[in-house]
Amino acid sequence: MNTQAPVLQLKDIRKNFDAVVAIENFSLDIYPGEIVALVGDNGAGKSTLIKIVSGVYGPSSGTITIEGETVAMSSATMARSHGIEVVYQDLALADQQTVYMNMFLGRELTNGIGLLDRKTMISETEKLVKELDVRIPSAHATIRDLSGGQRQGVAIARATRWAKKLILLDEPTAALGVAETAKVEEIVQSLKSRNIGVLIISHSLDQVFKLSDRICVLRRGKQIGIRRTSETNKNEIVSMITGVN
Amino acid sequence: MSSAPSNAANPAMSMISRINIQQYVVYVGFLAIFLFFAVVLKDSGFLTVRNLSNIVLQTAPITIMAIGMVFVLSAGEIDLSIGSTVAVAALSAAVTMNAYGMIAGIAAGIGAGVAIGLVNGLLVAYVRLPSFLVTLATLGLFAGVARSLTNLRSIPVTDSTFTGFFGSGSLLGIPSLIWWTVIAIIAGHLIFRETKFGAHVLATGDNARAASVSGIPVPRIRLAVLVISGALAGLAGLLYAGRLQAAKYTLGETDLMTVIAAVIVGGTLLNGGKGSIIGALVGSLMMGMLNNGLILMGLSVSDQMIVRGLIILAAVAVSLREKLR
Repeated sequence: MNTQAPVLQLKDIRKNFDAVVAIENFSLDIYPGEIVALVGDNGAGKSTLIKIVSGVYGPSSGTITIEGETVAMSSATMARSHGIEVVYQDLALADQQTVYMNMFLGRELTNGIGLLDRKTMISETEKLVKELDVRIPSAHATIRDLSGGQRQGVAIARATRWAKKLILLDEPTAALGVAETAKVEEIVQSLKSRNIGVLIISHSLDQVFKLSDRICVLRRGKQIGIRRTSETNKNEIVSMITGVN
Repeated sequence: MSSAPSNAANPAMSMISRINIQQYVVYVGFLAIFLFFAVVLKDSGFLTVRNLSNIVLQTAPITIMAIGMVFVLSAGEIDLSIGSTVAVAALSAAVTMNAYGMIAGIAAGIGAGVAIGLVNGLLVAYVRLPSFLVTLATLGLFAGVARSLTNLRSIPVTDSTFTGFFGSGSLLGIPSLIWWTVIAIIAGHLIFRETKFGAHVLATGDNARAASVSGIPVPRIRLAVLVISGALAGLAGLLYAGRLQAAKYTLGETDLMTVIAAVIVGGTLLNGGKGSIIGALVGSLMMGMLNNGLILMGLSVSDQMIVRGLIILAAVAVSLREKLR
């Protein structure tokens, strides 16, 4: 299905905290324009894996390869410099700031004399928000005046603005209502045309089957298997997650 | 882009609810108090140019410290130590100036402020102690230092260049204290509103974790705001020493509450993420005007304190009401 090189390759990833093994023998390739879902029960190691890919933890062993180059990441900043953006479950937005300042949080644009270039930040925000069809009143709106779905839309738009290789979505609709979830799912789907990889963690199998191209199952830190979404069904995935046939 | 959702049914209402009343409280309050005094005290000289310019001159140190406080509060921290930083800075400046000359004196004054800011900042940013407790402790500590520095004696400041520059002098017919106020406000406003640093201060106070995962060096921001506050309190100390031509351990002792009240009334949130330098200026002038008017009305010191307390309470309550919705 994909002739391009993977944007991200995880090979034999292992992570232990002293004697406790959180992840072992984990390998996964993610290709540009592909949505891969990571599923597993609570405590299966999904969060640990997200933290490894986003640079918060270094793996105890194994390699992370980004577009053919093996990287060592020891901070979220390093992951970002490799083109990996994370949309956190709890959003990581600054509530009392505007949409456009959040879009450029920590990476504000400045003009020649070091002053904030609000004009460019606003117009870039408006453009992207329109492209992704995130329905917010304006780029000047304050985050806390937005609904949960709008906030998540802003968080995803921000990740899209900066991600060159991969976006990690950690339970992007966990806190949202039905209509808002549908809207966010639409936005996630539209990311496929942008030629970046998407790794999504979700508890909702309906969502996983709706959005993903492939499904990777974790159980107690072990990789149980990877399936093409079109070639599997919920029963198989559930039995892989729970270990019960 | 598509129109705003749900509440678009009544655009006029949603417009009104979106306007931040809190933002304008300080201007309305300022005008109300001004008009009240203008009417009540019209025969007591409140409206004379001399009296009004006196208010601005006397408020200069408060305004300078308020600028620092906007940065500190916006970053989600607080600096209570400014109350004693002023005296330590003024005394250090006076003593050093009398021994080694004006430049050394100025450096000692600002240096004392920066040093206190560094102590606060390092403890808050890197040892992760709460700034309220750290600066409460250093407030007391440096009040003691100010007392022991010259054994409670006040130190005269006689260097006329210094007193002109920081106190009674003027340039182009405008008093130097007004120059200091204007320059500090413009610089403070630009840095706060128009630079990356200002944006990072707000982001840190708004959501430190979000700031941190976005690559903002949160500890460095916390250190920086406390150093700025210390340095500006040091400058306030120089302004007091220049205007009064002397330094004493009591300088600035009662300013802490005035500064915090001015800043909060001016629309800066006590717990971070939002601030206004211009609001702080108007807030400071409001406090100065209140002081001046109550004295002209002939209120006793104790009555002044009570009335001022009540007015500050009312202003702060209105300012913070928005927060509680």
